[in-house]
Amino acid sequence: MKRDTQPGGFRRHHNPLTWLAWHAQNALASLGRLARQPLATLMTTAVIGIAIALPSGLYLLVDNVRELTGNWDGGSSISLFLTDDIDDRKAAVVRDTLARRSDVGEARLITRAQALEEFRRRTGFGEALDLLDRNPLPAVILIRPATFASSAADTERLAKELEQYREIALVRVDLQWVRRLEAITQALERGILVLAGLLSTAVLLIVGNTVRLEIQNRHHEIEVVKLVGGTDAFIRRPFLYEGLWYGLLGALIALLLVTLGLGLMQGPVQRLAGLYASDFQLDLLTSGTFLSVLAGGPLLGLTGAWLAVGRHLARIQPE
Amino acid sequence: MIRFDNVAKRYPTGREGLAGVSLQVEPGELVFITGHSGAGKSTLLKLIGLLERATRGQVWVNERNLNRLKARDVPYHRREVGMIFQDHRLLADRTVFDNVALPLVVAGMGHQEIQRRVRAALDKVGLLGKERSQPITLSGGEQQRVGIARALVSKPPVLLADEPTGNLDPELSREIMELFLQFNQVGVTMLIATHDVDLIQGFGKRIVQLREGRILHDSGAAA
Repeated sequence: MKRDTQPGGFRRHHNPLTWLAWHAQNALASLGRLARQPLATLMTTAVIGIAIALPSGLYLLVDNVRELTGNWDGGSSISLFLTDDIDDRKAAVVRDTLARRSDVGEARLITRAQALEEFRRRTGFGEALDLLDRNPLPAVILIRPATFASSAADTERLAKELEQYREIALVRVDLQWVRRLEAITQALERGILVLAGLLSTAVLLIVGNTVRLEIQNRHHEIEVVKLVGGTDAFIRRPFLYEGLWYGLLGALIALLLVTLGLGLMQGPVQRLAGLYASDFQLDLLTSGTFLSVLAGGPLLGLTGAWLAVGRHLARIQPE
Repeated sequence: MIRFDNVAKRYPTGREGLAGVSLQVEPGELVFITGHSGAGKSTLLKLIGLLERATRGQVWVNERNLNRLKARDVPYHRREVGMIFQDHRLLADRTVFDNVALPLVVAGMGHQEIQRRVRAALDKVGLLGKERSQPITLSGGEQQRVGIARALVSKPPVLLADEPTGNLDPELSREIMELFLQFNQVGVTMLIATHDVDLIQGFGKRIVQLREGRILHDSGAAA
């Protein structure tokens, strides 16, 4: 009798092409099995999709908020009110001095006359001002910190230094809201991280449970395959591919949901931004998020299937 | 080819399957194992196919000590031992062809080779026209033949059959046994467990009779 093996040892290495063909065949077969029960597959993948879409969508929203605070004229601004004895010429000199500092991005002078004009235009108290014998408004220099020094802490340090100038009567930092927004963003990010962790676990459990049921349904088949010499790897493979497909389909559904959701928000957000005279637009899917969802979904599916397969396949032995 | 050295098997339930059996089967030999139910026939075959492991003594198959075989090597061992069961153990949702092809598929054989071998195996058991049928549409005898084709398609050196004719009428049983005799003529070592002593008496092959887990009588023990 012709035999492939030597006594005592087994031949276990296969031609890499055959091996690849197996995998392709397994992948397709698993996909085919999912396609044969479209409703069940759709429900499972939809749950996975929603579980992935929630944290991804929220992350994108927070990402947008962060972008917004970053673009808001360098995040913060400082108003310097000059002392009364500074005339326009001296004020311009002070402005030029400040503008030369490396941590100052932009310094704009509003002369006393300009300030009066603006006040008149904006408030409608023009007649009242006419009653005064002189312009009560100080000259103001608006400072926007350089981009590299625009964080709340940097802005505060700059403000402290500017207070030392003799020509400056009052320094007002418009910082509070930046700080709050930063804090809110950070809190939200942490919350999303926790949510993502919980929902990832949910995906693992969903896929794991689905694969477990599938293993139970195919109990007899697994027994027979073991009987005719199927290795654990051979038996495991279709289930792992099944998990992979669940994850991938879930990820695709998630991307669809996120795109739809953000798309629906685009109009109202633009209207809101318009009220603040901003042309801000929601960034839709960034390629980074796109790729991490597309890679993370299948990875979660595969892991979930692996956990289920590891626990349940060993228990099935032919008798 | 197969050697049992004082082998005992006690099941976790406490039941004793084998209580000390020594047996030697030469390559190409055909041995009938008989005895009442519970005598240890199935246990003996299960130990050879590693469906169970011995609790005492040593089992050698193909110059390999099965006691020392690691779990990950069990599938490769089973590829060298074809097994036939009373209840066929076919997959109901696959065609006859796919059922017979299964051992070749798990061994990673190429598509064309599988086609060729499955046809050859089905031809041997006289089912060449039934490749596309579902097992459930076949008669009991035909289903058993599918099971036999599956066991021999990978040309294993050892073939085990546990009550292969248990559900068949005498005429069909005789046909199946004659099929086995044919395979044996091409050099396959075979162990066939059966309680049907009348059926096997006329074949002139070695008969090992078991009782309560021990060999009661061996018509042709190798010296």
